[in-house]
Amino acid sequence: MISLIAQITTGDDLLVAQNIFWWFFALVTVLAGIKVVTTDNIVHAALYLVIVLAGVAVQFVFLGSEFAAVTQVLVYIGAIVVLLLFGIMLTRGSLGDDQLVDTERRGMGALVALLLFGLMAFSLVDGFEDVVLPEDTRNLIEVEVPIDTDIDDDEFIRTQRGSDTAAIGDTIFESYIVPFEAVSVLLLAALIGAVVIARKE
Amino acid sequence: MLLNQFLLLAAVLFCLGVYGVITRKNGVMVLMSIEMILNAVNINLVAFGAFNGTPIGSVFALFVIAVAAAEVGIGLAIVLLIYRNKKSIDFSEVDILKG
Repeated sequence: MISLIAQITTGDDLLVAQNIFWWFFALVTVLAGIKVVTTDNIVHAALYLVIVLAGVAVQFVFLGSEFAAVTQVLVYIGAIVVLLLFGIMLTRGSLGDDQLVDTERRGMGALVALLLFGLMAFSLVDGFEDVVLPEDTRNLIEVEVPIDTDIDDDEFIRTQRGSDTAAIGDTIFESYIVPFEAVSVLLLAALIGAVVIARKE
Repeated sequence: MLLNQFLLLAAVLFCLGVYGVITRKNGVMVLMSIEMILNAVNINLVAFGAFNGTPIGSVFALFVIAVAAAEVGIGLAIVLLIYRNKKSIDFSEVDILKG
């Protein structure tokens, strides 16, 4: 943490504007996250969750993974939050304005969360204190591209610049094709299971 | 940029999600907190992928997003079933498996 602040103030070999925007978005994300777990209005909690998910998408952009950021916006904000809002609408009425948070467990929850954060922060600061990310993560990805079939194998490898979408596609459909198919079967099973569970008898 | 700033942000989001899961009684709000925990894990995966210069971190984050979509669908179906049977989604009242 001290090295984080030191890097901000001294400003050696880092992009100042990038860091300012990073801290701004991180602060917005954390404040919205606090509101998600503390607000008493369930619809407000879902709308604050949209800010948290968008903030996580911004972090993906900072890390140079645009495809994950776009997928985050499409799947989480576009689908999952809408699904949660439908769930809120279908189960409302029983709750009204009564207390949504169990006050007995509030202190215990805060204690557990703070202890967990203390442990994780200690181990992270201890283990990765001065580890710096590459300045441009996008340029590090090498992709095999069939430019010309007549030339030798070295020409098949070129460095992918810009978006990492091609690299992600190659990785999924070469190394991780079995997990990909397993996820598709899982989604089908979840679809059928949700219909079976939620239908009326 | 430091690797640690992303990891610490993910740790903060993870702990906020854990706090929500422990304190919330409403079933839909527990699902929201679980989504925050999964998002914190995704930040870690993409950050380590960017640190190592491979797209594998993003690939695993995409798998986590797909599994999260399946999880929230099933979770909401279960919450609706509980609501239909008990006319309430207060998770502290769902204790029929208690010994």
